[in-house]
Amino acid sequence: MSAQPVASLSHSRVQSRALPFPIAPWLLMAPFFFGVILFTLVPLVSSFQLSTRQTFGPEFSTNVGAGNFKFLASDPLFWTALRNTVVFTLGSVLIQLPLSLLLALALNRPNLRGRTFFRVSLFSPVLVGAVFVGMIFAVIFDKRTGLINRALHAAFGWDIDFPWLEDYVMPSLIIATTWQYVGFNMVYFLAALQNVSAELGEAAMLDGANAWNRFRHVILPAIMPVGTFVVLLSIIGSFQLFELPYILLNGTGGPQNRGLTLVMYLYQTGFQTGDLGYASAIGWVMALILGACAIGHRVVSKRGERA
Amino acid sequence: MKSTNMQPQTRDAGTGGAAAMSALSYAFVLVATALVLTPFVWLVIASLKTNEDFFTSTFLPTRGGFFDVAWERLTFRNYLAVFEQPNFARALLNSVMLSSVTAVLATLACSMAGYALALLSFKGRTGATWLVLAALIIPPPLLIAPGFQVLFELGLLDSPWGLILPAVTPAFGVYLFRQAAISSVPKELIEAARLDGCGEIRTFFTIVLPLLRPTVSAFIMITFLGTWNNFLTPQIVMQSPEGFPLSVAIAQLKNTYYQDYGLLMAGTVVSIAPVAALFLIMQRDFVSGLTRGAVKG
Repeated sequence: MSAQPVASLSHSRVQSRALPFPIAPWLLMAPFFFGVILFTLVPLVSSFQLSTRQTFGPEFSTNVGAGNFKFLASDPLFWTALRNTVVFTLGSVLIQLPLSLLLALALNRPNLRGRTFFRVSLFSPVLVGAVFVGMIFAVIFDKRTGLINRALHAAFGWDIDFPWLEDYVMPSLIIATTWQYVGFNMVYFLAALQNVSAELGEAAMLDGANAWNRFRHVILPAIMPVGTFVVLLSIIGSFQLFELPYILLNGTGGPQNRGLTLVMYLYQTGFQTGDLGYASAIGWVMALILGACAIGHRVVSKRGERA
Repeated sequence: MKSTNMQPQTRDAGTGGAAAMSALSYAFVLVATALVLTPFVWLVIASLKTNEDFFTSTFLPTRGGFFDVAWERLTFRNYLAVFEQPNFARALLNSVMLSSVTAVLATLACSMAGYALALLSFKGRTGATWLVLAALIIPPPLLIAPGFQVLFELGLLDSPWGLILPAVTPAFGVYLFRQAAISSVPKELIEAARLDGCGEIRTFFTIVLPLLRPTVSAFIMITFLGTWNNFLTPQIVMQSPEGFPLSVAIAQLKNTYYQDYGLLMAGTVVSIAPVAALFLIMQRDFVSGLTRGAVKG
C-alpha cells in the first residue's frame, strides 16, 4: 500500500511532462492511417457504388442498379466458376488436410531421425510463389514429356499421352496445390500436437485402447481448435485460387472452362472485358460466402468449447 | 509455427505393433519428402539440359547405361539465353527493388503503428485498434476492382509506387507488431526513457525497434516473399514491360516460348533461387521470431 502513492505520483509526473495533445502516437500511426484509408476504406466504400454500375474501363460507367447481381444469377460462366471453386476447395480440404495431419502424426513420433530435415523439406514448396509453381507443373503435367506421364508410363505402362491439363484440370490443380501447401499445414498440426496430453495417451494405452481409439478420443479433441482454424484458412485460401490455373491454362479457363475459378472470372470481367462494376459484384458474392464460412467457424468452435 | 522445440509427446510401449507403426510412419514420411523434393530436382536438371535431352531423358541424360550419366551434355546455355531475353534482367532487378522497398517500408509503418497501439495511451486508441481488426477481415478479392479504380484516380497505374504504397500498411502486420510489443517491450523501460528526456520518436528507434528484432526479421521475410511472389497486382497495375517483376515477366515468357522448356525452367530457377537463399540465411531468425515470447526485463 505504501508504495502505491509514490508510483502513481511518478507516473503522473511522466504524464504531465508530455504535451497536452500527444502528437507522437499520431505521428507513429500516420502511415498506417494513410494506407488503410486510401487503399482499404476508400475502395471498400466505392465497391458498394461500383457494384451498381457497368463500367467501360476505369473512366466510363453507367448506372445499372441491381442489374449486375441479377445478371450474375443467370450467368452460366459465373456458376461454372463458382462450382469449380467449390469443387477445388472441397478437394483441397478433404485431400490435403488429412495428408498434412498424417504427416504431422508420423513426424511427431518419438526418436524419428532426421526430423528437422523432413520438416524443412516438406515446408519448402510454400516459399515458391503460385506463378512459379505453375511454371514447374505446366511442364510436369505435360502430355508427352511431363514427369508424371513418364513416371506412370514407366511404372504401369500407362498411355504416355494422358491429358492432365485438358481433361483432368481439377485433379491437376489439386495435386499441384497439395504439393505446395501440404507441409505448411503440417506445421500447424505439429504445433497443435504439442497440446496433446501425454498422460492421457499413456492412460488410454494402459486401458488397452487401440491406435484409432487413442487418435479419436485423445488426439483429435486436443487438436480440434487448430484443426477448425486450418480448415477455415484453407477455405479462404482455396477460394482465391487464381495464379496457378492462369499459368497452367495460359490465361484461359481451360477446355470448356474446366479450370475457371471465381477470381479468374473476376479478373477476366474486370480487366480483360473492362467491366469493373461486374467484377465488384463478383467480389461481393465472394466476400459474403467467405463471411458465412467465418461465421460457421465461430459457431463450430464455440460449440467445441462448450462440449 | 512453433518449430524449435517439437519434442514428441506420445510414447509407445516397445511392442511389435508399435515397431511396425514406427516403420510405417518412417516410410510414409520418407516417400512424402521424396515426392515433395522431386519437382525441385527435376526443375534444376531440366534447366541444365538441351531441348533434345529434355525430350529423350527423364532426369539426367545418360549414355545408355542406367548410371552412365553424360555430364558433359549438361549446359548453362539456357541461363545465358534467358538473360538475353529483353527485360528479363530488368525484371529480376525490378523484383529485387520492389520486394526490398516494400519490405523495409512495411516493416517501419507496421512496427510504428503496432507499438503505438500497444504501449502509448492516446485518445482514439480503441477506435484505431478496431480499425486494424476490421481491415484484417476484409477478403482481398473484394478490393481488387475498386482498388484498381483508386490507383487509376491517383495516377499510380504503371508506376512502381502503385504496387508499393498499397502494400506498405497491411493490417495483419500492425496486429503482429502490436502483439509483439505487448509481450516483449516492458512498459517500465519506455517510462524510464521518458523520464530521462528521450523523445517519443527517438525512444521508438533506439529502444523499441531493437527489442522487436525477432518480429522485424520474420516480417521482413514474409513481406519480401509476398511481394516477390505476387502476380495478380503487378499484372493489373503494370502496363509497360520495363516495369514488370519476374512473376509477370515469366508468364509472358511462357506464352512466347512455350516449347523451349530449358529456357523456361532456367527462368524459373532464377525466380525461385533468391527467395530460397534468403530463407536459408534468415531461417533461424524466422523461426525464433515466430516462437520467442517475451524478453525478460
